[in-house]
Amino acid sequence: MSNIKIRAKATGGVTTVKSLMSHEMETGLRKDKDTGEPIPAHFIQEVTAKWKDQTVMTALWSGGISKNPYLSFKFNGGEPGDTVEITWVDNKGATESGTAEIS
Amino acid sequence: MIDAKRRILLKGSLGAGAVGVAVSAGLLTPGAVLADWPEAAFAADSQAAALSDLFGSDATEASDKVKVKAPDIAENGAVVPVTVESEVENAKAISIIASGNNTPLIASFELGSDAVPFVSTRIKMAKTSDVVAVVQTDAGLLSASKSVKVTIGGCGG
Repeated sequence: MSNIKIRAKATGGVTTVKSLMSHEMETGLRKDKDTGEPIPAHFIQEVTAKWKDQTVMTALWSGGISKNPYLSFKFNGGEPGDTVEITWVDNKGATESGTAEIS
Repeated sequence: MIDAKRRILLKGSLGAGAVGVAVSAGLLTPGAVLADWPEAAFAADSQAAALSDLFGSDATEASDKVKVKAPDIAENGAVVPVTVESEVENAKAISIIASGNNTPLIASFELGSDAVPFVSTRIKMAKTSDVVAVVQTDAGLLSASKSVKVTIGGCGG
């Protein structure tokens, strides 16, 4: 099961990928309003995008990326039917990945 | 090993009050899992320090070959859409910096050989400031910036 939504479309030799991940992206700088305790950091640190097992982009993130991150990128090549895979790893070591076929 | 990690965790949470939460956030990072995550660059409190750590140089050249798209006014600083695009050949990486944030470096995208220098995402901004895009090329760092007015800060402060 994956909570990464991916759409990939090839036009004119360039594939555009749009993705939406589900993550709280907590910076670690916020405090709990009731207790005053800092809320521990919990955010995606690394996102890897692959096209046919070849890495097209690696994103290194801080907690400065908005909650439930949106990410769009483009790469040269890609045919309808090819697979695009996106994997993220957060600062607690949790990981998730999702795939989509290029349309 | 497990025990040692627990010590670090404890130290992190105890130190948080006095030393600052940013430090504890750093300590909580499982560096072993992601060896190449540039922790120091993300913890840096200035653009220059972050860039030096990331690319080994903070010398950027303003270039019209780098384009930053962001709103003039962001009503909610927690969600500011930013798109960076470049016409530069052989772009190796794109970094996004919100110069008014406590830790300005938001993200860095390492581009593979097939990647087009284009990224679009949504970032948090603490206050009105510039969004700076830095593109790493063979010839050095090119940058462009866009001022964004934030009416409600996005860092819970």
